[in-house]
Amino acid sequence: MTDLSNRKPETGAFFSRDRLWHPPGLTPGYKTSVLRSPQKALLSLDGTVSEITGPVFGHSILGELDNDLIHNFAKPGESAIGERIIVHGRVLDERARPVAGALLEFWQANAGGRYRHKKESYLAPLDPNFGGCGRTITDEDGHYAFRTVKPGPYPWPNGVNDWRPAHIHFSVFGHGFAQRLITQMYFEGDPMIWKCPIVQTIPDKAAVEQLVAALDWGNTIPMDARAYKFDIMLRGRRSTLFENRMEGN
Amino acid sequence: MVQPLGTLKESASQTAGPYVHIGLTPNFSGITGVYESDLGATIVNDRTLGRRITITGRVLDGTGTPLKDALIEIWQADAAGLYNSPSELRGSADPNFSGWGRSATDGETGEYRFETIKPGRVPFRDGRLMAPHISFWIVARGINLGLNTRLYFGDEAAANAEDPVLARIEHRVRVPTLIAAADGDSYRFDIHLQGEKETVFFDI
Ligand SMILES: [Fe+2]
Repeated sequence: MTDLSNRKPETGAFFSRDRLWHPPGLTPGYKTSVLRSPQKALLSLDGTVSEITGPVFGHSILGELDNDLIHNFAKPGESAIGERIIVHGRVLDERARPVAGALLEFWQANAGGRYRHKKESYLAPLDPNFGGCGRTITDEDGHYAFRTVKPGPYPWPNGVNDWRPAHIHFSVFGHGFAQRLITQMYFEGDPMIWKCPIVQTIPDKAAVEQLVAALDWGNTIPMDARAYKFDIMLRGRRSTLFENRMEGN
Repeated sequence: MVQPLGTLKESASQTAGPYVHIGLTPNFSGITGVYESDLGATIVNDRTLGRRITITGRVLDGTGTPLKDALIEIWQADAAGLYNSPSELRGSADPNFSGWGRSATDGETGEYRFETIKPGRVPFRDGRLMAPHISFWIVARGINLGLNTRLYFGDEAAANAEDPVLARIEHRVRVPTLIAAADGDSYRFDIHLQGEKETVFFDI
């Protein structure tokens, strides 16, 4: 693991997490949460070195096709079926500073809404040329980009007739283990976003809208792929100027 | 009106869902040929300093049923108590130890497993030493925001007794939920999402 950045590493503790902005643990509309949500209060812990530090990944872990889901599972000369799109954006922290060297991992269903997974039972067919995973690392300005096909919506067992809107799952590493985040990206204009029990676990409409990627017409590649822009925000760090220090340090 | 702070909101979390393994452990999930190996599958190599240990356990729901679709990540200091991270300013960690691991729970048994080393002690914010511990992060279908907790070691009674984080647990009967049972170099750490034995989770 190497440090990608020439910047001085930041070592402040993180802003406390706004737990009224995130979904609560218990969200009965999403049934699986009922038996999987802690019921006791969390123990609050201002970040120690164990939470402030975190793994950082170098570009050397990346293969050439890791950010190209159209080709990274396809047979030579073939490609995945579906609407070709580019997803790009920046990873920023709550202070609006770019997060360089952030590892993003993403996974999704194919264009028909089917996952390549043994527990998946939706009757839509697999695409032999689509695996459904990819990853990339942000550059010095926090930018990332990858190419894929637009995932299809899919039904899931929760209510009698619940469907997920088209979405891409994102796993994000910042620079500290306390920044670790998993979220989902939705697509501008999809009416199914507002019908989804998993989206509805988020209490604040503005927090949902922050997960909806905009169609980015300017960055669309003519005759090839449309672009969607999706920025991801991670927790920010406090300034260390007046932090408590050990006596004598 | 006042001057705006200019801060942004953290992106809201969404569940990792039932197919998290496609994205984070694709080889484990049967998607081979995309990545050479799953990230975080190995933490140590044959030159890593420190005592080799194994950690196994399960994640149990409110009925006591093990989750077969959970994913766990761990983060820990090296044997000398240093983190392999650019934000670690106290010294250079063992270059043969990443300190970070990732394990899916088994699709049949629900067991996770990490082969790692026993971490050294690291300081609390005020400089007192914390007992050796490993940070855990748990995600799964039905978990809306990743859960943070810590593993402490059952054979570190003296250090655990003076640990400033364990000391803050008001209901002392809950302290054992963070302590892994030792059996030689093997440690067992079950995580209870709910119920009488609910693990102490942290807001970090
Ligand atoms: Fe999904």
